Amino acid sequence: MSEAVSHEDHHDDHDHKPTGIKRWLFSTNHKDIGTMYLVFALIMFFVGGAMAMVIRAELFQPGLQYVDPQFFNSMTTVHALVMIFGALMPAGVGLANWMIPMMIGAPDMAMPRMNNMSFWILPFAATLLIATFFMEGGAPAGGWTMYPPLVLQTGDAFPFLIFAVHFLGISSIMGAINIIATVFNMRAPGMTFMKLPLFVWTWIITAFLLIASMPVLAGAVTMLLTDKFFGTAFFNAAGGGDPVLFQHVFWFFGHPEVYILVLPSFGIISQIIPTFARKPLFGYESMVYATASIAFLSFFVWAHHMFTVGMPLTGELFFMYATMSIAVPTGVKIFNWTATMWKGSMTFETPMLFAIGVLFMFSIGGFSGLMMGITPVDFQYHDTYFIVAHFHYVIVPGIIYGVIGGVYFWLPKWTGNMYDEKLGKLHFWISTISVNVLFFPQHFLGLAGMPRRIPDYNIQFAEWNMISSIGGFVFGLSQLILVWVVIKCVRGGEKATDQVWEGAQGLEWTLSSPPPFHSFTVPPQVTDASAHS
Amino acid sequence: MFVKKLRNFIRGASIPALLLWAGSAFAEYGLNLTRGVTPISREVYDLHMIILYVVTVIGIAVFGVMIWSIFHHRKSKGAVAAQFHHSTAAEITWTIIPIIILVVLAIPATKTLIKMEETGDAEITLKVTGYQWKWKYDYLEDDISFFSSLDERSNSIRKGESEESPEDYENYLLEVDNPVVLPINTKVRILTTAADVIHAWWVPALGWKRDAIPGFINDNWTYIEEPGIYRGQCAELCGRDHGFMPIVLNAVTKEEYEAWKIEMKNKPAEIDGEKLYATHCSACHQSNGQGLPPAFPALAGSPIATGPLAEHLDIVLKGKAGTAMLAYGPQLSNEELAAIITYERNAWGNDTGDEITADDVQAAR
Amino acid sequence: MSDSQGAYFIPEPSRWPIVGTLALFVSFIGAAVMLNGSGFGTFIFGIGIAMVIYMFAGWFADVIGESLKGLYSDQVDVSFRWGMGWFILSEVMFFAAFFGALFYARVLSVPWLGGEGAGGIATHEFLWPSFEASWPLDVMPDPANFMVFEEVIPAFGLPAVNTLLLLSSGVTVTFAHWALKKDNRSGLCCWLFATVLLGFTFVACQAYEYYEAYHHMGLTLRSGIYGSTFFMLTGFHGFHVIMGATMLLVILIRSMKGHFSEKHHFAFEGVAWYWHFVDVVWLGLFIFVYWL
Ligand code: HEA
Ligand code: HEA
Ligand code: HEC
Ligand code: CUA
Ligand SMILES: [Cu+2]
Repeated sequence: MSEAVSHEDHHDDHDHKPTGIKRWLFSTNHKDIGTMYLVFALIMFFVGGAMAMVIRAELFQPGLQYVDPQFFNSMTTVHALVMIFGALMPAGVGLANWMIPMMIGAPDMAMPRMNNMSFWILPFAATLLIATFFMEGGAPAGGWTMYPPLVLQTGDAFPFLIFAVHFLGISSIMGAINIIATVFNMRAPGMTFMKLPLFVWTWIITAFLLIASMPVLAGAVTMLLTDKFFGTAFFNAAGGGDPVLFQHVFWFFGHPEVYILVLPSFGIISQIIPTFARKPLFGYESMVYATASIAFLSFFVWAHHMFTVGMPLTGELFFMYATMSIAVPTGVKIFNWTATMWKGSMTFETPMLFAIGVLFMFSIGGFSGLMMGITPVDFQYHDTYFIVAHFHYVIVPGIIYGVIGGVYFWLPKWTGNMYDEKLGKLHFWISTISVNVLFFPQHFLGLAGMPRRIPDYNIQFAEWNMISSIGGFVFGLSQLILVWVVIKCVRGGEKATDQVWEGAQGLEWTLSSPPPFHSFTVPPQVTDASAHS
Repeated sequence: MFVKKLRNFIRGASIPALLLWAGSAFAEYGLNLTRGVTPISREVYDLHMIILYVVTVIGIAVFGVMIWSIFHHRKSKGAVAAQFHHSTAAEITWTIIPIIILVVLAIPATKTLIKMEETGDAEITLKVTGYQWKWKYDYLEDDISFFSSLDERSNSIRKGESEESPEDYENYLLEVDNPVVLPINTKVRILTTAADVIHAWWVPALGWKRDAIPGFINDNWTYIEEPGIYRGQCAELCGRDHGFMPIVLNAVTKEEYEAWKIEMKNKPAEIDGEKLYATHCSACHQSNGQGLPPAFPALAGSPIATGPLAEHLDIVLKGKAGTAMLAYGPQLSNEELAAIITYERNAWGNDTGDEITADDVQAAR
Repeated sequence: MSDSQGAYFIPEPSRWPIVGTLALFVSFIGAAVMLNGSGFGTFIFGIGIAMVIYMFAGWFADVIGESLKGLYSDQVDVSFRWGMGWFILSEVMFFAAFFGALFYARVLSVPWLGGEGAGGIATHEFLWPSFEASWPLDVMPDPANFMVFEEVIPAFGLPAVNTLLLLSSGVTVTFAHWALKKDNRSGLCCWLFATVLLGFTFVACQAYEYYEAYHHMGLTLRSGIYGSTFFMLTGFHGFHVIMGATMLLVILIRSMKGHFSEKHHFAFEGVAWYWHFVDVVWLGLFIFVYWL
């Protein structure tokens, strides 16, 4: 478990950290909890990834080879739920736990006990979800979007699915409240809001999105539960309801959710790029405003996921315009990062490579997103592999890359050891080539007419699927390099300095590497020079 | 077989992907959106191309700047970091320009969208109903109505019951038993709805797809200009066999259409329990009656299919709420139901010897 | 013996979070098994709920103890405030989902089924030709699987009384707060007692209303979209009133024990905020569910 916090001997005595299993079960320490979050996220990434591998294996060639269609649908459904709720969100919260107190000059999170609970819920919620594979009727297979009436046909797994979502929601809300309280209330003297590192900014905004959207999801799935077991008619036309109502409520959560996932990644690369460009972040203020506008707008675009349900024309127009408008603040961010690199003095260590990967490949995903925002054309794109390509581009090389970049970036700080740069670069290059082989062809598949969520297809789609699957296997395997690098780094290696990177700026780099158990026992005084990165 | 796959694979891999993405000329490889055969579908295609070009150009510009900077402003080349971190002029510029681009894109998109909603004055109304996992077509003016499901050849290939492999069959999973027939150069109103869960009716050549939602009807229209056979698929996850409910649309001249109508009307209703079972029930309960427990119960030897007739009639007529078992009372005629139930009670060793008549079914309704 | 970091208080490792997690885990499993139709689940659910109560009691006991020892600085107090404030916002959003469902049904789905709007025409004509839209929707498009009800609960009967009860409880809790700020202990306890009493009276009225609806009006959860939104909204609200009133009861007991000072009484304020939130939600319910 102790991936990052080892080497007890480096610590000062007054740390008197608890030992044994209790250290982890009862922890009130932001670093230990952060570590647990990150390890959990990594495990879930592999679990979800293994399911993706089943999907890619089945789609390797036409015909049904390995799995039953029902099981295939379970794979897609649970793959998505595990990746989103088990891997990406916990990874973001884990990084927030580790870094936010160090970045704002605080000793710990504002509510350490609640912090512990928001972590420990995750493994138990994941157990509820994954246990459904062994139930009568199989795991949920109605898609991660859980549209009724289909999802109501789930067997015994159904209430477990709903409660797992409730449980995960509780965890996220507690985590978000904690982060807000920490940032609003625990900043060191002199650390004004406009001096906060961008990673902290993106997390405040993410936390707000979480608090405003997760309860809506909880409400939506509660209605599913009562529709199934208590005879309510929310999603049943025969009683005056409407199946589409669920989609509205779900996507009111679902669209902010994708920005919940992506904003922390934006924050991370906003730390990395200036560091390796050795140049201050361009347009700090506009970055903050752009992030806030993205978050604000994200509450008004939800129905772009449901253009084909047959909304009234005015609704479709409204959601088309709103969706298109999100490209503007996102563009501002992309341009600001580019301007940060411009005339810098750049070096390309692994974190920087991953950050640049985000810039390029997130943009590609964003471009296809914009295309799908054009309603009449989305009537063609919707529910095809074009969508699958879109969101994997924004998610895998857009968010996973951000998180991985952050891990490489901060790993020396966490462990006190430098990671293996050669292996890191190898990881980057193999991943980057394979991820494009994996997801780029899916654009063609979608345009050519391959629907998503199908286990078998006509031969006209065969070539690209095979290529995509090969890319998938290579990408999956190459993630083992990451695990190897992390293990190696935790176990030892060249000692890292406190500042670690030549261009690194901010409070976290003034602490020792690894940092003391309680980050800032004496609040540091923040000046203009020691802030901003 | 493997060699063939490998050959296909190499053919695919040797295509310079990036180049082709932007090129419409390669549509025959199935890389780009279908241009379609209706005025709307062509507008949609043009919109798609415009947006694609716009984002490609933006992409080239933005990526170009990034790449330039990556190559020229690197420390190893002795670049010294400038310290600027702000430029109001630049920031305003790169906020305004995207806004302008987006507004320009929105105008034609809005126009097309408005056109797509004009469903009035159609000559023919076709009602499409999605079922797990088949489509039902009702020609409202002509009282023609039939089901359309995956053809037998594809079905046996996908179930591994056939000698053939998917590679041997050009229309694998894209062929049905009864295609839907529409005349060209006619405005057709297409209503979509569903009986059980949400489906989506999608023929790419028409330029749109539309969800089929139980309890609601969506209104669409089309105007096909070229005769031909156009294939599509259900595009909304609808359960186990979502991947196996294709759509085949046969667009014919008006004369052919009239002839087809007469043929359909004169077709004797064929009542064959085994065939009807294969169309309506075997997707879940399987042709061997073994079902797919636990989701779909076996009918062979099942207590209901071998027990009291009343219960059997009841579940088939009324279905079972909250499960995939639909009420077939509204879907099928007494004769058809009688034939199916008779078949079920005598096939696969159920040998009850019962003979159910249409009157029995009527009585149970 | 917690280690206070500089000015800030960092609690010792605690077992309550993991106990809480396990408690919820057991409750969820129990509820799920119960819903799948096994009586054994009810038993597990019972154990889970007992564990939840145990966890709350233990956790709050720790917090109260720390607070009494004066371990909490002003800064911790502010953290709690942020925490409570955002928690209440998340609750607001939870109710928003159900209000959203209500508005959607009233403004969109029911009129569409009845033939309004561009899409509604065909829906009505081909699927529900005999259905007439109305609100309250007493006859469903397909009444077969639903309870058809004769009447609904009029706004200006018991619900209006309930509104008065809750509104006045909002006033009494404010009086209690003023009393506390003046260190008027008996005033605090009296006003709090009144608040708790009003809260539980509300719950009792609500229970009576449900009884009437189920037994005399045929209005149940199964009464189509009207019954669904009605019971889910008022039901979740009622559950929150019970929670809030229970918390007020705890605060009352603590007040009687002499806890809280004029300056430090976040627990009191947190519960009061919560109570006001419950109040505001009720106003929404009264207007949109009962009245309009
Ligand atoms: C992190 C995740 C993430 C992110 C950031 C985004 C970002 C965007 N998404 Fe995506 N999306 C998903 C995750 C994400 N999406 C997922 C998971 C789904 C599928 C869910 C499911 O059905 O299962 C989905 C589906 C989805 C749909 C529904 C498609 C359908 O089902 O029919 C649409 C439609 O509008 C859409 C649009 C957009 C847009 C416009 C953006 C914008 O934010 C993108 C903005 C970025 C750019 C545009 C690039 C950079 C900008 C510039 C360089 C400036 C200049 C550019 C221009 C002026 C063009 N997305
Ligand atoms: C957070 C989000 C996230 C992430 C990270 C991923 C990652 C991946 N996804 Fe996922 N995906 C979704 C979110 C995500 N996906 C969502 C929301 C859907 C829609 C679901 C729905 O329709 O309901 C979806 C659907 C989806 C589909 C479409 C399924 C369908 O429509 O039928 C496919 C198909 O290719 C796919 C593939 C992949 C692959 C190959 C990866 C890879 O990046 C994964 C790589 C990681 C690993 C492989 C694990 C690590 C390595 C090992 C385990 C070592 C062993 C390796 C081998 C055995 C090779 N995903
Ligand atoms: C979409 C899937 C599906 C289709 C198609 C389907 N059924 Fe079923 N059927 C089910 C399910 C699921 C059940 C189990 C319901 C339950 O839980 O009791 C079932 C149960 C039954 C039973 C009771 C079996 C038992 O012993 O419990 C009979 C009889 C039956 N179906 C007959 C038919 C007939 C006749 C048809 C075609 C006209 C048909 N089914 C089509 C899904 C289907
Ligand atoms: Cu029908 Cu998918
Ligand atoms: Cu979205």
